[in-house]
Amino acid sequence: MRDSVGSVRSVLLLGGRSEIGTAIVERLVREGAREVVLAARGGVSSPPGALTGLGASVHSVDFDAGLPDTHTGTVAEAVALVGDLDVVVDAFGVLGEQSEYEADPAAAARSAGVNYTGHVSVGLAVAARLREQGHGTLVVLSSVAGVRVRRSNFVYGSAKAGLDGFAQGLADSLYGSGARVLVVRPGYVPTRMSAHVEPAPFPATPGQVADAVSAGLRSDATTVWAPGVLQPLFAGMRLMPRALWRRLSR
Amino acid sequence: MNRPEQRTLLSGWGLTSPTAAHVVRPRTPEQVAEALAGAGGRGALPRGLGRSYGDAAQDAGGLVLDCTGLTGPVHLDTARGEVTAPAGTSMDRLIAHLLRRGHFVPVTPGTRHVTLGGAIAADVHGKNHPAASSLGAHVRALTLVTADGRTRRLGPGPDGGDPELFWATVGGMGLTGVVTEATLAVFPVESSYMRVDTDRTGSLEETLELMAHADDRYSVAWLDLFARGGALGRGVVTRARHARLGDLPPPLRRRPLRYRSAGVPVPPLTPPVGTVNRWSVGAFNALHLNRAPRRRRGQAQPLTAYFHPLDALRGWNRMYGRPGAVQYQFVVPFGEEGTLAGVAESLSRARAPSFLAVLKRMGEPTPGPLSFPRPGWSLAVDLPADLPGLGAALHGFDERLVAAGGRLYLAKDGRARAETVHAMYPELPAWRRVRERADPDGVLVSDMARRLRLL
Repeated sequence: MRDSVGSVRSVLLLGGRSEIGTAIVERLVREGAREVVLAARGGVSSPPGALTGLGASVHSVDFDAGLPDTHTGTVAEAVALVGDLDVVVDAFGVLGEQSEYEADPAAAARSAGVNYTGHVSVGLAVAARLREQGHGTLVVLSSVAGVRVRRSNFVYGSAKAGLDGFAQGLADSLYGSGARVLVVRPGYVPTRMSAHVEPAPFPATPGQVADAVSAGLRSDATTVWAPGVLQPLFAGMRLMPRALWRRLSR
Repeated sequence: MNRPEQRTLLSGWGLTSPTAAHVVRPRTPEQVAEALAGAGGRGALPRGLGRSYGDAAQDAGGLVLDCTGLTGPVHLDTARGEVTAPAGTSMDRLIAHLLRRGHFVPVTPGTRHVTLGGAIAADVHGKNHPAASSLGAHVRALTLVTADGRTRRLGPGPDGGDPELFWATVGGMGLTGVVTEATLAVFPVESSYMRVDTDRTGSLEETLELMAHADDRYSVAWLDLFARGGALGRGVVTRARHARLGDLPPPLRRRPLRYRSAGVPVPPLTPPVGTVNRWSVGAFNALHLNRAPRRRRGQAQPLTAYFHPLDALRGWNRMYGRPGAVQYQFVVPFGEEGTLAGVAESLSRARAPSFLAVLKRMGEPTPGPLSFPRPGWSLAVDLPADLPGLGAALHGFDERLVAAGGRLYLAKDGRARAETVHAMYPELPAWRRVRERADPDGVLVSDMARRLRLL
């Protein structure tokens, strides 16, 4: 659970190789977390030194976003390793080329499966555990790409839109249970995953996303944006006439 | 005592770490036993009036027994000088009952809104610790319902049935079972007033010097940790004893046992941002200090004003806003005044807005393995929980305390590390052995017990 000065003890990272996810976990470890579970396909054999060098015990479990039947088991495995889950960071995702998705519908559907339905099954499995333990926060990495879906990456954006809606509904379902969901909406974050994407205005580093998450965890926030300026910006973008939006968002 | 489907968010007095639990309110020891039998996989825990600051009285996902329903007749035996009361009786109600009959409790903490059971579970101390030790020293007997549903009558001595379990319960934070009734030694008083001597001090050294030689029954110092340099630790020392009839000015003699306990409620809204900051605290401290007389002797003060000044403002914890408050209370042995001064200096240097810094001298402890008091100096500081860097700063203080042979008060803690507390409480393994005997299936558990790996 979150202690009286806002630190947590245990963290589960779903998407154990995610750069943003790792940055968030590193921040939580610096703030006092002692037990980390990295969940990724095949496990994470060599965890980043940024995590191991700070005095936390780092564990690893096998996790495949594409195999929803295994997700309850994955969560149980993490609980067996560290006990109650104080924070679960749901950070996995794939980002391909929109043009390739348009040429290969099956690949597009597979990516949507990872970016949306994978989160549905693991999100519900995590929520069941948090509800049972009566505390804990699920941090869901959404994206501004899902706030208003753009022509230029609508396969990815629509999955994020679905994920964002799912996370908000899940948050409401957990109201009063002691557990909660924090939805994170970063803008463009330069990482390995987004290396092939054209940089967008108001970028955030993984560290800045981690800052926003840390602040959100300490408050009772339900949503954080990184950087914060994206919130008013996208409030405006949502109102933009469709014809204009279509031209802007190529 | 069926476990309700609905869950309730519970937090400590600091309002910091709410978790959800099923709450039942047993009214009899039988209902306590029934509730414990129906505890699920997340265990069960007794809770009183929720005055511990951190996570001591919550059990996330489990079953919390709200023990404020364990009330009933209070029986005072003046010949034996003892009172027997159900464990849900508040200290407030107990004091009211006793004063009407010319008696008083042996020990009272800084708030009278605690239950008798909670006070025993935290082995509370008062401003008379050097003279009286903590509450546990005055418990003649208690009734404990253990996890197996058995009701046991326990006493402190060799003829007390199971004295080991008695002492594991005193200061045991509710983790040995549910106290349902207790018998306390009490003593006669002539009035509900205190005869108070007040001195304003100019430095920590002067404060300690005055406190070290205080031989009155009660003494306490309020410190201004906001002051800097040589003025750091200046404060107001008040020493007191129960006023006798002859000490009272004539108008008070007409109703010498008068007891007024109502407080003024603060608005029932928690502000989103705390109102406790360096400006409000600076102003408060300066005002409080300057209002106190430089030296005054023999003032008659209602005992509520002396013992429980903050109870005058009900719900004052909400002044800290949504982020809540942390209280850091520790004791260091005599001879470690340097550690005390070091912590005070660090708080002052950080401009930490602490407007409640309370210094007490402590004497002989009780045999409770988890009981907090040890001979030395105890300092309690309230701080806003969202103070930047607070977590790291307090861990730093913890290390200094461990090195100095000091310890933290579990009833106030919501953030220490397990290893730290294990080092501070070397008798923890002995306590665990007794607890395991009384609760082999580990039914009784709290958020604090999980965080500090007490079990």
